[in-house]
Amino acid sequence: MATLLFRKSRTLLLAHNNHQHLQNKLALLVRTRSRSSPFVNYCSNSRILPSSSHPFLPSSSRYESTEAQPQLEDLQHQVTHHDDQMIDFPGGKVGFTSEMSFISDTSHIRVPCYRVLDDDGELVNHTNHVQVSKELAVRMHSEMVTLQTMDSIFYELQRQGRISFYLTTSGEEAVNIASAAALSSHDVILPQYREPGVLLWRGFTLQQFAHQCFGNTNDLGKGRQMPIHYGSNKHNYFTVSSPIATQLPQAVGAAYSLKMDGKSACAVTFCGDGSTSEGDFHAALNFAAVMEAPVVFICRNNGWAISTPVEEQFRSDGIVVKGQAYGIWSIRVDGNDALAVYSAVHTAREIAIKEQRPVLIEALTYRVGHHSTSDDSTKYRSTGEIEYWKMERNPVNRFKRWVEKNGWSSEKDELELRSSVRKQLMHAIQVAEKAQKPPLEDMFTDVYDQLSSNLEEQERELRQTIEKHPKDYLSDVPL
Amino acid sequence: MSRCVKRLGKWVSLGQSKRGFSTSTIQKDGVENGVKSLNLYSAINQALHIALDTDPRSYVFGEDVGFGGVFRCTTGLADRFGKNRVFNTPLCEQGIVGFGIGLAAMGNRAIAEIQFADYIFPAFDQIVNEAAKFRYRSGNQFNCGGLTIRTPYGAVGHGGHYHSQSPEAFFCHVPGIKVVIPRSPKEAKGLLLSCIRDPNPIVFFEPKWLYRLAVEEVPEDDYMLPLSEAEVIRQGSDITLVGWGAQLAIMEQACIDAEKEGISCELIDLKTLIPWDKETVEASVKKTGRLLISHEAPVTGGFGAEISASILERCFSRLEAPVARVCGLDTPFPLVFEPFYMPTKNKILDAIKSTVNY
Repeated sequence: MATLLFRKSRTLLLAHNNHQHLQNKLALLVRTRSRSSPFVNYCSNSRILPSSSHPFLPSSSRYESTEAQPQLEDLQHQVTHHDDQMIDFPGGKVGFTSEMSFISDTSHIRVPCYRVLDDDGELVNHTNHVQVSKELAVRMHSEMVTLQTMDSIFYELQRQGRISFYLTTSGEEAVNIASAAALSSHDVILPQYREPGVLLWRGFTLQQFAHQCFGNTNDLGKGRQMPIHYGSNKHNYFTVSSPIATQLPQAVGAAYSLKMDGKSACAVTFCGDGSTSEGDFHAALNFAAVMEAPVVFICRNNGWAISTPVEEQFRSDGIVVKGQAYGIWSIRVDGNDALAVYSAVHTAREIAIKEQRPVLIEALTYRVGHHSTSDDSTKYRSTGEIEYWKMERNPVNRFKRWVEKNGWSSEKDELELRSSVRKQLMHAIQVAEKAQKPPLEDMFTDVYDQLSSNLEEQERELRQTIEKHPKDYLSDVPL
Repeated sequence: MSRCVKRLGKWVSLGQSKRGFSTSTIQKDGVENGVKSLNLYSAINQALHIALDTDPRSYVFGEDVGFGGVFRCTTGLADRFGKNRVFNTPLCEQGIVGFGIGLAAMGNRAIAEIQFADYIFPAFDQIVNEAAKFRYRSGNQFNCGGLTIRTPYGAVGHGGHYHSQSPEAFFCHVPGIKVVIPRSPKEAKGLLLSCIRDPNPIVFFEPKWLYRLAVEEVPEDDYMLPLSEAEVIRQGSDITLVGWGAQLAIMEQACIDAEKEGISCELIDLKTLIPWDKETVEASVKKTGRLLISHEAPVTGGFGAEISASILERCFSRLEAPVARVCGLDTPFPLVFEPFYMPTKNKILDAIKSTVNY
């Protein structure tokens, strides 16, 4: 217990009522972060304070303000004087306090959610955001519509039994498309599985999506994984794997490689609220901070991990507050506001690359669809809740209103687009459905870079069995 | 162990062990014609120096590797190659392997250290579900073949449950990774360099008991030894013995004692457990008609069972006795009872005799 108290006391200094005047001084130092002074930390305000050189970035590199340094030393002196001594700990100097008080579980006010557009698609007053051109906005809207259309058609396709599985992005179109729009194609994506919009934005064709879902010979993954496990080397989009959060520490390794190669690019990785309970989430954030890796973590907090609501997932104020404990900059953003997502991701990317450090983005959104085609979410949540998010808080409609108010697009344009995408999809599905399955040899290749002797033997034996019992095997797989 | 074992094959001599996880850096000197007398950790260290020197895209990382590692395998690397390429990681095995996969997937050689094989399990998911399937699941668009996970395994005399285990069998059940275990300093250097440069993810188990104990002449130059190739390290005609890593030294002693009683033993070092060299073992068993497998890991579900089953399939009509397995017992690795748990020389010798006299 004594140890616990001692450890907690490091950060308690800020809350000490005898130090009210110091708190005021600390408020001046919110943009200052010095490793030698662990009791000075950047507070949440620092995330939104503009500076002269850049509207969103702190003015100083590494967050050490030379202007603030003398104040800091003065502050240290006062603390030292008051408490007589400090402990020179391996992690830096820490002041003492005679006040025994615990840090509370959470602050009384929840971290606010950054937004640019209100529910009606109007720009909110005094917003600081990255400008989006007409051309970009129209494309963002059109890709969101395309994603919606693809989701609804593929979902139906699964319901008809023509593909084995599907999983929609419904409700999360803005997180998908706006984050993709804010990145460079050189940035490396390590997705979870609900971000096909990023791949769509990067030029993966509807035909390629269809090939993957049908697992045919044109699927880049050679028919080895379930539908929606997309991946494309050409598009810097690592292949999806089903385990939750495993991509997060991998993203740190990828980011470290970019850092060592001096690339002007970052790694971007996605996860959901459920992922944050996995050990890999912790591993990734801690590694990223320690390695100073240029990686952007985008957590889609959509309220539900299959049937588990966030209240049963964690007791913290969501995900955004977890960043600070790891020494990572973080922001909470309205995930259904495409402009807010765009601004936050764009700025996070700049921080990650220019400052060579990780950033955590929590996008508050809602999974309007079922978890997947294997799930019926009305068994654990009300249809009213779903309808509210689907209609009132629809991210595509909100963005569309803004685009239309600017006169950049019309209802007619959208209807035409939907119809055209639908036609393209129908054609793509026809082609993908007719295409051959991958050949049998694809079952054995790529386990290693070369076929190992045990696999050669097993392939030989399997072919003999197929000859003997041809009816036991799929006739459409070329032998 | 050290009392009874003096030599392994024609290269390795085992002196008296201090049996400690000490951190001193004693090594025998004696450079002759580009060959140096080295213990196993120094041979590993030399391999790592060569790996980092020959490929600027190679990295060494793990818990405490920055100052040289708790077994001294990474000595001098950070000083020579800088902290960007040789660095400590937070204490988190799943993080180390996950990070390594990402690093390797970007075209680097990621040489990760897990401090003890006993602690590799938090990384099991990253190894089994991620590293092993990375190439396959992407249709060969991506791979993390540059990943090598080094980890010390096995008994050390006083390691108890959590500093002694031999978990190789878990990984031998996973298509997509390779598992390699060296028996001596010279083998360790050549095999490790092969693993680092092999385009597949590999778990490389290092016999920690031999780090200081095993000393042999090791070529100073950059050389590689082939993977998935077993080696007959002792010719014989009556029975085939198969093993790997530190256990080979014990088996060698049993072979020597058996010879005194007129039994000619053939000893095979498997080296790579998956994908393993069935042909070499098969050819030997067809010649001797008998097979004995020995490993420190618990007998049930150990890799010996796989070898036994495979050879039975291929050599059933040539076998003159049941396949014998002399392995660790099916208990957690016990501290005080280690000598009782271990597949000792006399247990092996008894099994050789009863198999030959079956």
